[in-house]
Amino acid sequence: MRHLLLKDLRILRRSPLLVALLVLYPIVIAVLIGFAISRGPDKPEVAFYNALPPSDRSIKLGGRDVNLNAQAGQLFDAIDAVPVHSRAEAIKKVRDGDALGALIIPADLTRKLQSGLEPGRVEVYYNAEDPAKRRFVENTIKSQVQVANAALTKIVARESLKAIDLLQSGGQYSFLGRTFDVLGLERSERILRRARARLPAGSPLRKEMDQVIAFTRLSRQNLSFSDNILSVVGQPLRVDSHVINGGTTSLNSFAVALAVAVSIMFITVLLAAGALALEREENAFSRLVRGLVSRTELLLEKAGLAAVCSLVVCLLMLAGLGLFVDLRWERFPLWVVALAAGALAFAALGLAIGALTREVRAASLLAFMLSLPLAFLALVPSGAVAPALYDVIRVISALFPFKATLDALDAALNDAGGLGVALLHLAALFAGFGLLSRVGLRRFAG
Amino acid sequence: MEQQAAAPVVGAETVISAEGLVKRFGEREALRQVSLRAARGELVAVIGPNGAGKTTLLSILARSISSDAGSVDWPAGEVGWVPQQPALYGKLTVQENLSLFARLERVDDVGATVERMLELSGLRDRARDEVGRLSGGNQQRVNIAIGLLAEPELLLLDEPSAALDPRQRARLWEFILRLAGEGTAVIYATHMVQEAERYADRVLVLADGEELFNGPPRELQDVVGTSDVQDFEAAFVEFLHQRGH
Repeated sequence: MRHLLLKDLRILRRSPLLVALLVLYPIVIAVLIGFAISRGPDKPEVAFYNALPPSDRSIKLGGRDVNLNAQAGQLFDAIDAVPVHSRAEAIKKVRDGDALGALIIPADLTRKLQSGLEPGRVEVYYNAEDPAKRRFVENTIKSQVQVANAALTKIVARESLKAIDLLQSGGQYSFLGRTFDVLGLERSERILRRARARLPAGSPLRKEMDQVIAFTRLSRQNLSFSDNILSVVGQPLRVDSHVINGGTTSLNSFAVALAVAVSIMFITVLLAAGALALEREENAFSRLVRGLVSRTELLLEKAGLAAVCSLVVCLLMLAGLGLFVDLRWERFPLWVVALAAGALAFAALGLAIGALTREVRAASLLAFMLSLPLAFLALVPSGAVAPALYDVIRVISALFPFKATLDALDAALNDAGGLGVALLHLAALFAGFGLLSRVGLRRFAG
Repeated sequence: MEQQAAAPVVGAETVISAEGLVKRFGEREALRQVSLRAARGELVAVIGPNGAGKTTLLSILARSISSDAGSVDWPAGEVGWVPQQPALYGKLTVQENLSLFARLERVDDVGATVERMLELSGLRDRARDEVGRLSGGNQQRVNIAIGLLAEPELLLLDEPSAALDPRQRARLWEFILRLAGEGTAVIYATHMVQEAERYADRVLVLADGEELFNGPPRELQDVVGTSDVQDFEAAFVEFLHQRGH
């Protein structure tokens, strides 16, 4: 047994590539899964543009100065704010994927908050390349705004209590630069008692009665604003959301596109890679290409086989999913186009893998090991990683068919837009990987 | 009775000729200026130690790989190719393999050709068996049958008898000699030098990609020129030794 163990260790030592894969692959997969499907970073990078003039960065609520920068600081505890100098710069950062979203404080926020009659509105811009990411961004922004709202509500509620006390006891009240003497319910009661005691028919105490009448009128007017005030007290800040990129696909519909994209990837890549490698493993390749079929014909045959098989399986899969999810069957021809384009691009990738590995088992292993990370890479949302790393991820995703297939399927299934671009992308990848596999076939002869 | 080489047709037309073939795999030169020709009905054996370049030469003649230098004049008709390892689909039956390659070879009557090859290979009763379930010897018989599907003018065989038992080997050579007798040029690589002496009209000796000898087997023994050498195999070994291999 010891000798067997030593033998195996010796073999492992002489297989550095295998050992490296065994160690690195799980780490890479774990990291990608974390990036792709976790709730995202604890402190997402958000571009922040504050359009408030310096003089308006504090507001008076019920006679008390509230520093909006200090309130914003609470928001920044939860996000990694990237200060920018204009609205356009903030939007560009989101569009380029350098930030997960953009938070813009408009110049009229102070006025609205101070009025107490309408909520202040902040603007949020974000990418929504996929619904999972959109949900993450929306939840993140929403929760942070709730934090800010809770803090403001506490202040507003305190001031509201003072106002109620004023209504009850009376006193001085400042509003829009004017000071009023509020009678209050207690004083009103006293005055009314006195008035009632003194008033015979045709009383001369008309002035005191006028005060009571004025107070009644003011109370009535204030009550007419109560709906707005209560609404503002509950939610002093509101969010205006703007999606920069991406459609409005629901998470369920996107999940269908994702499931089909993953299926078509595995079926096509594994089948194409395995079928081509099998020709060499069975020694038939040398017999075939000496005049019976050309190398290009052989590649096209394998690509066609893999593409047709995966197309059929994925259409059946969609039919099955259609029992549980609402699918737009009127778009069926577009499904077929998107599936066929994706299948051919994946088939070309599979052929390149088969040509380079030359063995069925190696081809299958490499196809599997390559496919999984590609899927996760394509799902990493912008802003979840550093901008430079995200750019690298985006380039890598663009070099393989998964992201383009997912976009094409999302467009075909859910009318998310961008089908033409995705199809062109897949055509380019088919040509590129086809060429690579054709060159790789030179290794088959050796 | 011992089978002997079919008498070559004197002055027969050349079926294939190759001049100055060179093949490199990276830094290694697998063939160095090798020339060869074969006439109708001629049997040419390519012999040499392991790694001599026998398979590389036959692969070039079969158009399976290309040479880096030199030229080949191929026959106008078909070239049959029987690689060293059976080039078959293990999951297909014997009959399915034959039918597939007959169609790819575009033979006129696929059914009749397959029947003829089943008869020829003696595998009629195994026609519906998956090739992957056959013994190595039987797989080689199917392999050879596929090489003969198009009734080639030139038949290239790479170690054809390596996986066969003596009875199957005799049957194979009986068949090859018959083909040669009908005018098919046959070039075969073998490391069983007795097969070269017994069946070949000419032998091409390769060592480390270099052409050392090209002529009738008896001439090789004459070249060695020592009376101690009694048989062809011993003469061949002595020849290599004299040439520094």
